[in-house]
Amino acid sequence: MKILVAVKRVVDYNVKVRVKADGSDVDTQGVKMSINPFDENAIEEAIRLKEKGIASEIVAVCIGNAAHQDVLRHALAMGADRAVLVENESEVQPLAVAKLLKAVVEKEQPQLILLGKQAVDDDAGQVGQMLAALLDYPQGTFASAIEIAGNEATVTREVDGGTETLALQLPAVVTTDLRLNAPRFVKLPNLMMAKKKIIETLAANTLSDDITPRVRLLRVAEPPARKAGIKVNSVTELLEKLRAHEGISL
Amino acid sequence: MSTTANKTLILAEHDGRSLSEGVYHAVAAAAFWNQPVELLVLGHDANSIAQAAATIQGVSRVIYSDSTAFAHTLAEDAAKLISQLGRDYSVILAAHSAFSRNILPRAAALLDVAMISDVLEIQANQTYVRAVYAGNIYTTVQSSDTLQILTIHSSRFPQAARTQAPAEIDTIAALPATPASRWVSEFRSQSERPPLSSAKVVISGGRSLGSAEHFEQILAPLASKLGAALGATRAAVDAGFAPNDIQVGQTGVTVAPELYIAVGVSGAVQHTYGMKDSKVVVAINQDPDAPIFQVADYGLVGDLFEVVPSLTASIQSQP
Ligand SMILES: Cc1cc2nc3c(=O)[nH]c(=O)nc-3n(C[C@H](O)[C@H](O)[C@H](O)COP(=O)(O)OP(=O)(O)OC[C@H]3O[C@@H](n4cnc5c(N)ncnc54)[C@H](O)[C@@H]3O)c2cc1C
Ligand SMILES: Nc1ncnc2c1ncn2[C@@H]1O[C@H](COP(=O)(O)O)[C@@H](O)[C@H]1O
Repeated sequence: MKILVAVKRVVDYNVKVRVKADGSDVDTQGVKMSINPFDENAIEEAIRLKEKGIASEIVAVCIGNAAHQDVLRHALAMGADRAVLVENESEVQPLAVAKLLKAVVEKEQPQLILLGKQAVDDDAGQVGQMLAALLDYPQGTFASAIEIAGNEATVTREVDGGTETLALQLPAVVTTDLRLNAPRFVKLPNLMMAKKKIIETLAANTLSDDITPRVRLLRVAEPPARKAGIKVNSVTELLEKLRAHEGISL
Repeated sequence: MSTTANKTLILAEHDGRSLSEGVYHAVAAAAFWNQPVELLVLGHDANSIAQAAATIQGVSRVIYSDSTAFAHTLAEDAAKLISQLGRDYSVILAAHSAFSRNILPRAAALLDVAMISDVLEIQANQTYVRAVYAGNIYTTVQSSDTLQILTIHSSRFPQAARTQAPAEIDTIAALPATPASRWVSEFRSQSERPPLSSAKVVISGGRSLGSAEHFEQILAPLASKLGAALGATRAAVDAGFAPNDIQVGQTGVTVAPELYIAVGVSGAVQHTYGMKDSKVVVAINQDPDAPIFQVADYGLVGDLFEVVPSLTASIQSQP
């Protein structure tokens, strides 16, 4: 069974991004970039399925420019077999990402497609569901457990107030929750090896003719700060303040 | 068809017993467009839900689709139905919950529309404010699609009231269920406490509680005094101290109670994203420099294992 994993390059989740002086966009100049955390869970899961003898090949795909090769190298170093860069210079939004991934799926014919449940830069949480729609495949979103038996994937999903388990006929699209697994660390020799591997490149415009952004960014701003609070010295003072100033009866 | 569409469709989430609070927020948000608002209820034997939906002020029609398949709604079935109805509307929206996050992007792709997730503010000319980077940045974006599909950040919108004059309910047939996807089972956390997303008071615990036993022992008595729901940080959930469905934050639940008490929570942006809209925030942390104090109205520096029991006791002693 072949597994396709979609990986996005994002600003590292530890970085506090800033707004450009003119408010036109966020400033990502010189900022540390990483693989989207949820996508690391997706690669890890694919590797585990391969280690169990269920998967035979893992293909990592990223849509971006040449600089985005580094997250594909990371995927290769973790244990992906091949990497494909769908090259596009400008921004590609979720619906367009889904259209490009659909074209890659049609080429590669994987049985399972794994994506993160959301990208921590745009926080959209859309691509997996959109891809499943375009392919008319079943979907299992926010997965915290995946089991494959024969032609069926059993997916446990994190939902509000609990979990839900679905059985999906393959091929299917699954998006990962952080709870799915703990991604392995990349060993330096593996990273060196990954640097030598060939990354296949496809031009985005050969895969889809509809990838122009539909949503225009007008401006960005820092969120309004909460009004500064105070420190209290004791439980008594805290309760007194809550009662007197906030009208909370305790 | 799309040129004459001037109605709003809301996907109405429910658990078979009652409508989600988010539906009331979505109806209030929909008032922005000043056009008829229709609610789509998918369910099985859910007449009472459809009736409740019809009594929300501002709703002009309820579309109810009753099917055994909707006893446990799958995204595949829901999205297909929405996509067939969709072109009669200029706006399709729902609260940003796990339920609609699963369905609406799928429906959007079937309708070839770019979706806008977790909208904080709706402005004129198809323009929206939404957060990115775990709430670190607010963006103002403008959609170029004729059909708008969005989820809203419930706590940013008021709740619609109920009316004595219910709207009409139209029943529509469901489409054949997708054979490729099958509901197997579900697990719902049982709790005597109020639901986290709508509780008036929320007490969240972090990694520093140390164990599942401590999490319960320290926080539960205070929660029962205050009628509060319990929340947790991801670190506490990952450590197994608390169930996953009470994780508050960027990748968990968003809450906006009257009172939020953060106990031994460092205040990472991924956490504060989910609680910043709370009316009053109290933080208890032994580190005076913990970032949580930057978003707290009242900060108490101290050891939670002493402070929380003492707080619980002080509340008890009130008449
Ligand atoms: C992609 C991604 C998504 C994430 N999503 C979320 C999310 O949705 N929600 C979320 O919460 N996190 C999320 N996180 C994790 C987040 O970054 C933080 O790691 C997490 O919130 C920290 O949890 P914590 O405050 O319990 O633990 P810590 O950061 O370890 O903080 C513990 C705090 O307890 C204090 N403390 C210790 N002992 C005591 C004591 N005895 N008395 C009082 N105070 C004490 C310490 O001073 C410290 O401030 C996410 C991370 C990633 C990468
Ligand atoms: N440019 C991209 N290249 C590859 N995969 C992507 C890209 N953008 C999004 N994805 C995948 O889609 C998931 C959800 O992204 P989003 O819908 O943008 O939150 C991510 O976790 C990735 O797996």
